[in-house]
Amino acid sequence: MEQMLNRVPIGALTDFPERLGKTVTVGQKEIAVFKLSNGRIKAIENKCPHRGGVLADGMVSGEHVFCPMHDWKISVVDGKVQAPDEGCVQTFRTEIEDGQVYILVKD
Amino acid sequence: MPKQKLVLIGNGMAGIRALEEILKLKPDGFDIVVFGSEPYPNYNRIQLSKVLQGDTTVSDITLNEWQWYEDNNIRLYPGETVTKLDKKKQIVHTDKNKEEAYDFLIIATGSNPFMLPLPGADLEGVTAFRDIKDCELMIDYSKKYKKAAVIGGGLLGLEAARGLLNLGMEVDVIHIADYLMERQLDRDAGILLQKELEKQGMNFLLEKSTAQITGKDHVTGLLFKDGSRIKADLVVMAVGIKPNVALAQASGIPVNRGIVVNDFMETEIPNIFAVGECAEHRQMVYGLVAPLYEQGKALAKRICGVNDKGYHGSVLSTQLKVSGVDVFSTGKINEDEETKSIKMYDDWNGVYKKVLVEEGKIAGSVLFGNTKEGTKLLSLIKKGATIEEYLEAGQTEETGVDFVASMPDDELICGCNGVSKGTIVEAIKGQGLTTLEEVKGCTNASRSCGTCKALVSDLLQYTLGDEYSADQKETVCGCTTLSRDEVIAEIKAKGLTHVREVMNVLGWKKEEGCSKCKPALNYYLGMIYPSDYVDEKESRFVNERLHANIQKNGTFSVVPRMYGGVTNSSDLRKIAEVADKYEVGLIKLTGGQRIDLLGVKKEDLPNIWADLDMPSGHAYAKGLRTVKTCVGANFCRFGTQDSIGMGIDLEKKFEGLNTPHKVKMGVSACPRNCAEGGIKDVGVLGLDGNWEIHVGGNGGTELRKADLLSKVKTEEEVIEWVGAFLQLYRESANYLERTSAWVERVGLDHVKEVLANKATRDELNERMDETLAAIQEPWSEAIKNKTLLKELYEKVNVPTGSN
Repeated sequence: MEQMLNRVPIGALTDFPERLGKTVTVGQKEIAVFKLSNGRIKAIENKCPHRGGVLADGMVSGEHVFCPMHDWKISVVDGKVQAPDEGCVQTFRTEIEDGQVYILVKD
Repeated sequence: MPKQKLVLIGNGMAGIRALEEILKLKPDGFDIVVFGSEPYPNYNRIQLSKVLQGDTTVSDITLNEWQWYEDNNIRLYPGETVTKLDKKKQIVHTDKNKEEAYDFLIIATGSNPFMLPLPGADLEGVTAFRDIKDCELMIDYSKKYKKAAVIGGGLLGLEAARGLLNLGMEVDVIHIADYLMERQLDRDAGILLQKELEKQGMNFLLEKSTAQITGKDHVTGLLFKDGSRIKADLVVMAVGIKPNVALAQASGIPVNRGIVVNDFMETEIPNIFAVGECAEHRQMVYGLVAPLYEQGKALAKRICGVNDKGYHGSVLSTQLKVSGVDVFSTGKINEDEETKSIKMYDDWNGVYKKVLVEEGKIAGSVLFGNTKEGTKLLSLIKKGATIEEYLEAGQTEETGVDFVASMPDDELICGCNGVSKGTIVEAIKGQGLTTLEEVKGCTNASRSCGTCKALVSDLLQYTLGDEYSADQKETVCGCTTLSRDEVIAEIKAKGLTHVREVMNVLGWKKEEGCSKCKPALNYYLGMIYPSDYVDEKESRFVNERLHANIQKNGTFSVVPRMYGGVTNSSDLRKIAEVADKYEVGLIKLTGGQRIDLLGVKKEDLPNIWADLDMPSGHAYAKGLRTVKTCVGANFCRFGTQDSIGMGIDLEKKFEGLNTPHKVKMGVSACPRNCAEGGIKDVGVLGLDGNWEIHVGGNGGTELRKADLLSKVKTEEEVIEWVGAFLQLYRESANYLERTSAWVERVGLDHVKEVLANKATRDELNERMDETLAAIQEPWSEAIKNKTLLKELYEKVNVPTGSN
């Protein structure tokens, strides 16, 4: 059965600081939401596959975030951990409409 | 035999360059007299825009000091103009009624700026941009006035405009064509250039023709032919230059646009030569510096009776000296029916390249955004290379080294300063040079515009082989090939002010850098511009961005400031209350005599700080952490000095200071050293009657005992020495290099030697004080700043089933 995606508003686009992350909790799920320098919004699971570091507090460079715990480099676009480390985190689709940011999460 | 008399009219780059060549060939051959209208020794005119842009000073652009004239027995008459020339009697007359006979005469009168004959052109506040005087006038005006207008969107106009922006003026650039630098660039590059300069703050009025400069005594604005107007307090005319041929013309020397010369720089009058911008050679008048070197050589050989093939004209290239903009053009710039072109246009990154081909040969090129290939293209055009040669070089990835190896020895590497490959290679071999900076210092290559740096570096590699590569520097990170020192030099030279600007201008491989270079650049910029740089929170590691230490579970720790490790009951009560209120997970004493509250949620941080009402302890900072103290003379039976007082003074003085890495201090009052100064970055030891300052200690991963730096008598001297030491560390250590590693690297003797000089210590402390004056207490700043609170500390919570 196809799972329904829930479109959840998480704030105005202007609430998200550029080249920084923000922690968004939807129910039990913690999501790291980033506004990139090109203005796009990207969302990934707020948990580094290494030791569970909070990615929302990492340094953002281009389309990557560096985990604040041990500097793992993770793509905020596809969630892939960059070499030499390995792994991946869940990604979430986001939408911007009328200056409002939405995140699409499974019910 | 008496020496032959040589008179030079014009004390500028062209004339003096010719004299230098003559002196090389016949050091004692002539009795030389020089007349120059400007009251300065010969200076590098092409660097004037850098003086205006604030990157260098007038004294730094002097090419030949007064001493040089004396050493070569040259009689120089600065501020004296030759007004008449008697070519029959071979005598010149000056405006100070001097007469000077000559056997040979060199006319090097250069150019005059072309002033549009507009109504109002003689108003106060209208200037050209040609000499030191003009430069000084503009600097002076920028202090009193706000609005500047530059007429002319060519090379000179844009360099003047950038300078005026740097001086804090609002700048309108008026240009008659529909895109900038139309004589050196094609339309695509001109438009990219305009976009970039608009970003820098210039305002452009294109396809505008000025009708009148308005104002009564002083300029107030411009009126254009289309009837529109703008306001201006300063008008700079930079529409072009014209050869200064008045004297030659009046004296009956044949003049076309310039003074007509043959391949040996001889005019049609016997024993009279002309060189530089005032000379016309094969219908060409050059307004740039590069041809001077070849012309000077040809002239010198002729005068000294050396056989030579003479001068055959130059292929020129143009480079705009505006920070943050890389523009290059050479040879033919616009397509016509005969040409084919190779083009690359990347609007997104602002990079453009065009190479024009004519009859199979490279005829010209325009580069924007990335000009690394400029010198190579110029060199290929000069030797008449085919386009295949260029393309193959690109495909087989011919290294720069192979390329410089194939150059003939007399090929010019540095066009600005006339330095050939042979000269550089000789200097590298003869003087044992190993770095770009050394080559620059010894030969002048790459001293002016810097385009040839890559070639010089290739020459080093070519000459030194593995020795050079073995000497490879440590780069800031994988995003760049530049070392820390090179990056800092570039930041200063180009006046770069933002992390992303540095990455962009210095050609970072990754546009937004990485977790290594971002905080490093942020630190370096703050170090270079202590008062003006706005710290970039995006380039900070989380701890310094949020002013708290992140823990493994994403909570934070809070360490309030306790100067010298001294606390009191009221602070302890506040801490206890806060710990209860916010359910702090753990209260722990730190190694630096502080209290650490662990397990705090990010969103609670601002409230805790507000409740504590204590300054930040900076336990998270690459900066001064703590000054640990022993009990000292007030209580301890062994104590000889007030270590607590000394520690508190040090901590209050340097609180909040950013340093390359964390800095820990300790102050003890006897050699038992209870505050463990022997393993601190700075360990101060109080003895009976004096203080010892130890530096470079480390109790961490690389255990290192501190070295004795100096012994002083008073508390003030302790502060002075520690201040100077820390500032030296701040200015010369790599980011994330502890004092222990830094002292090891540069050597304790070096540190001691630098700091031994009181004047140097004072200068370091001056810069330290400037830095300290700009420091803000971060916790109280954060709780006041609503945007910061929202952006950095607030979480978004969406309960499930909300919609």
